[in-house]
Amino acid sequence: MTVFIPKKVNFLAHGTTVPNPLEQNQDTHHSIGTRSRKVDGAAKATGETLYADDISLPGMLHCKIKRSIRPHARIVSINTKPAEDMEGVHAVMVGDELPTKYGIIPWTQDETPLAVGRVRHVGEGVAAVAAIDEETAIRAIRAIEVTYEDLPPILSCEEAKVTGDTPETKVNDKAKRGNITKRVDLAFGDTDDAIKNSDVVVDGQFYFCGTTHAAIEPHCAIGHMDARGLLTVISATQVPHYLHRDLAWVLKIPANRIRVIQPAVGGAFGGKSEPFDLEFVVAYLSMKCGRPVKCLYEREEVFYAHRGRHPMEMAMKLGASTDGTLKGLRSEIDIDGGAYASFGLITAYYAGQLLTGPVGYETYHFTATRYYTNKPACGPKRGHGSVQPRFAFEILLDMMAEKLNMDPFELRQKNFVGHFNETVNGQQMGTLGLEKVLQSVRTASQWDQHQKTKQRGRGLGVATSMYISGTNYPIYPNQMPQSGVQVQLDRSGRATIFSGASDIGQGSDSVLATIVCEELGTELGDVQVVSSDTDLTPVDLGAYSSRVTLMMGHAAQEACRSLRKQIQEAVFNFWQDDEVAQTVLTEGFVPKDVLLAGAKAFYRYDTQLQMPLAKAFQLAEAENGTLGATGGYRTQMRGGDYRGGTIGSSPAYSCTAHLADVSVDEETGQITVHKIWCAHDCGKALNPVLVEGQIEGSTYMGAAEVALEEMHYGPNDVRHGMLVGPSLLDYRIPTTLDTPAIEALIVEEPDPNGPYGAKEAGEGPLHSSIPAVANAIYDAVGIRLTRLPFSPQKVLAALREQRQAAAGANGQTQPHSAPPPSTNTTVEAETTS
Amino acid sequence: MLRMQPFETHYPTTIDEAVTHLENLQGKAKLCAGGTDLIPNLKHGLHEPQAVVHIGRIKDLVTLEETADAIEIGAGVTLHNIAHHPLVLKYVPGLATAADAVAGPQLRRMGTLGGNLCLDTRCLYYNQTYFWREALGFCLKKDGSVCHVVQGGKKCVAATSNDTATMLLCLDAEVEINDASGPRWIPLPDLYKSDGADNLTLLPTEILTKVRIPKAKKNVARKEGFAKLRHRKSIDYPMLSVGVRIDLKDDKTIESAALIVNALAAKPRAIKLAPFFGKILDDEVINDIAALAQKRCRPLTNICDDPDWRKEMVSVFVKRAIANACGTHR
Repeated sequence: MTVFIPKKVNFLAHGTTVPNPLEQNQDTHHSIGTRSRKVDGAAKATGETLYADDISLPGMLHCKIKRSIRPHARIVSINTKPAEDMEGVHAVMVGDELPTKYGIIPWTQDETPLAVGRVRHVGEGVAAVAAIDEETAIRAIRAIEVTYEDLPPILSCEEAKVTGDTPETKVNDKAKRGNITKRVDLAFGDTDDAIKNSDVVVDGQFYFCGTTHAAIEPHCAIGHMDARGLLTVISATQVPHYLHRDLAWVLKIPANRIRVIQPAVGGAFGGKSEPFDLEFVVAYLSMKCGRPVKCLYEREEVFYAHRGRHPMEMAMKLGASTDGTLKGLRSEIDIDGGAYASFGLITAYYAGQLLTGPVGYETYHFTATRYYTNKPACGPKRGHGSVQPRFAFEILLDMMAEKLNMDPFELRQKNFVGHFNETVNGQQMGTLGLEKVLQSVRTASQWDQHQKTKQRGRGLGVATSMYISGTNYPIYPNQMPQSGVQVQLDRSGRATIFSGASDIGQGSDSVLATIVCEELGTELGDVQVVSSDTDLTPVDLGAYSSRVTLMMGHAAQEACRSLRKQIQEAVFNFWQDDEVAQTVLTEGFVPKDVLLAGAKAFYRYDTQLQMPLAKAFQLAEAENGTLGATGGYRTQMRGGDYRGGTIGSSPAYSCTAHLADVSVDEETGQITVHKIWCAHDCGKALNPVLVEGQIEGSTYMGAAEVALEEMHYGPNDVRHGMLVGPSLLDYRIPTTLDTPAIEALIVEEPDPNGPYGAKEAGEGPLHSSIPAVANAIYDAVGIRLTRLPFSPQKVLAALREQRQAAAGANGQTQPHSAPPPSTNTTVEAETTS
Repeated sequence: MLRMQPFETHYPTTIDEAVTHLENLQGKAKLCAGGTDLIPNLKHGLHEPQAVVHIGRIKDLVTLEETADAIEIGAGVTLHNIAHHPLVLKYVPGLATAADAVAGPQLRRMGTLGGNLCLDTRCLYYNQTYFWREALGFCLKKDGSVCHVVQGGKKCVAATSNDTATMLLCLDAEVEINDASGPRWIPLPDLYKSDGADNLTLLPTEILTKVRIPKAKKNVARKEGFAKLRHRKSIDYPMLSVGVRIDLKDDKTIESAALIVNALAAKPRAIKLAPFFGKILDDEVINDIAALAQKRCRPLTNICDDPDWRKEMVSVFVKRAIANACGTHR
């Protein structure tokens, strides 16, 4: 363990505000902040949009991947001959043909496209075929014979802890010790001492079950090695750039002979943020047989690709003084990682690093250990690594508030880390709208009224959180911009913007168009966005870590502003020499007085003087030559001055509050979430419709993880390592009827590091929805549920315990309406009717 | 995506024509009306028919009419239409409720009454893809010889999930069966047997064509109630499906009654209520009925993995079904 001495953090007293440098100098915007439709909305609504599976190339073959039916085994032999001999089969491959290890994090390259020598979870790819159609491909993979030698499957952190140093029980060779992917142990100040000297201490053992993204579009990729020897991979990915790099690395083809295209994506949520087997497989099979090859996952394969939220077992202890000052937090977390590292190195850090705001504490010690297990690899799901500890911490805060007999809002505000302050672990905050988000949900939900009238069965609960707007450090160390764009202007008045950013439904294409309109005066319909094609667009690192709006936004601003200057100067020069204009222009006319908006160029002080934007573009082109410009965004190097201190450091942090209205059916144990208010400080809403969409989607996704969703693996010997029900029937995402009413409340505390003050809105508004529901359940019926999912069985068990405790307190046995659990497991013959 | 293996298709427009196809194909055909049960099962490789006989174009199957003493509904009437039909709402409101609780809105517009009554039984270890079943080890309902629900079990315990049967069994419904020799009527209970691998007495050459529900006697007040346990409020199959019919004399005395608890095993379970006939329907009697039902039901891990909770829910849902029947449910 390494102990760092935190700088003295001055928590701001309740009600104190720090002046925001942006507030005094708010620009007026004509496009930014306007409610507008997504640029791709109409095409999606009418079915015009082409997703990866809608694309079909001449002569294209179909690929299927043969998958492991064993959780952990050595591959003794693979006989592909029966498949090769089949009519309609054009190419067959096995894992040994592509043995180079890759991984999204350069320090943990630990996987191959298909298994080499060993399978590590049910559903791992073993072999693949390209055939004339899917039916033939399915028959072909069934004909492939694989002989396995079973190894003991390691299916939990508990098992992983005591195994791993023998070849049979080491899930992944990348683990230096045992089955540990990564262990992080960071201490800031003397937490044990702080807790020992606290007046009030609360603690708990929490569990967050694994969940998955369940994006509606399954993964799909097309590989095509063409006649020129250029490999094109079209894929439903959210990281075309990393895919580009890893294709070159694994296939041993120079990156300058590879093109990656990301078409429209039907949802990703972190589930498409690293390369997957099918992308390498279609490329390699196409190289083998010289025809384009497509692979579309079945829904079940999406579950095996997974990279969803890690199960975490969390022990947390929080100490406070009687006035509510939080003195210290101790957190110990075990992370069940699955068979590969994925983003796991980061996950282990995020499990601790992102918990130090908006509510802070004076000392902090966290330990997080990620283990390899024989299950599909976990990775980043919306709110990567920080949703789980946030769940635990916000329940602890609720417990603390109750113990202190303090308003839970006041407890949070009292311990607010403050604007432009530094957290206990050395992260530099920008703006954080904690006070406003709390006030917003408190007012909207009529919290205070509820306190006076509440009755058993229905309750309200509140929770808060913060999240990063991208990371200051890119995934692979380099000095180049994290995001680049290029803008080109046409003589007709149209603008085209080229960007590597991945629109995965969150609306980054629309944000780009909005920024072009804001800066260059075009109308939305006059902007063409060309995105995520490595041949056409500058690099953007991808849609993850809620980085896109902030980073791509800056890059777009930079490119547009250099063009705007040229246009303003050209119009300025034209009007300087124009007789009619001369009669209007006043003394001291400068190029900045030329405004661009609504497809026109105006004179600032007399808008009668104007010209069509197309003419302005033409003047600029005549003066400067072809109109084009690039922009890029580089991060400042910030973060804590210790190993790992850069992980979790972000240019700007968002801030969220959720308030949930919940009732509990005490007969069935079923929970109904009636409504969730979510107030989210996104800095500046570039398009409020998109921000509201992200708030609603995030809140929904969080609420879904409360009681319904779980990656549930077979519990007994027979079902070892089997994901139970890998389908959207058995993995239950909420239907419309199960979805609470959601009220999205936008709060704006513009951050100087964001474009126009903007911070993220895509992931933060998920975090606190889960503990808000947990706290509401406590408010409703007085049971403190700490282990997800909150199934009816767990609710009923907790209610029973509550009754027994009450009966014990009264010194009598409680009459119990429920029968003892049945122990009869034999079949009852159905003899009567 | 999941693909179906190839099969031939037939599109008869009369019942006779459909029966002829079945006769010719001798067990190698599957019937398809709405296809909402069949298509996913075909994609999972649970059936491998040589032919699919589509009966959705047969006009005689979509009749819904009132006779002097009964309501007769064609097997091809969709669940949506049943849930909203004035005659159903007037004479058998419990059936409307049950039909409206099946699956979700899109599926109810495709799925039919006959299809729901003849639904294949379901099990967590059966309704999965070929790959998954292979990885787990094929079970005795399809391709294998072991049972994953009951260790060492030799008899399939897959469960029914047809919500309309739950209600129709309470209402003494009969069904019309057609084969080459023509139509005949059988009591609905005779349609089911307690074998999860094959829970219908219907032969491969027969079609269920019509359902007849007798009207209540004039001198009683009929109460029909339905309640369904599921995780989500739509789409999900029942973990428990309870139907109750109570005929009251003088608005309070039970003259006759029927209670069905379904979705537990291969055959819907009837709870005999004769001991309560002649009693006044009050809270005590309702509690006794609920307790009796719970005692008589032993859920297994066939469709959800917590039988204890499902057992506990039997009495809760029996009470809810009765409350729904009496219009007293909150």
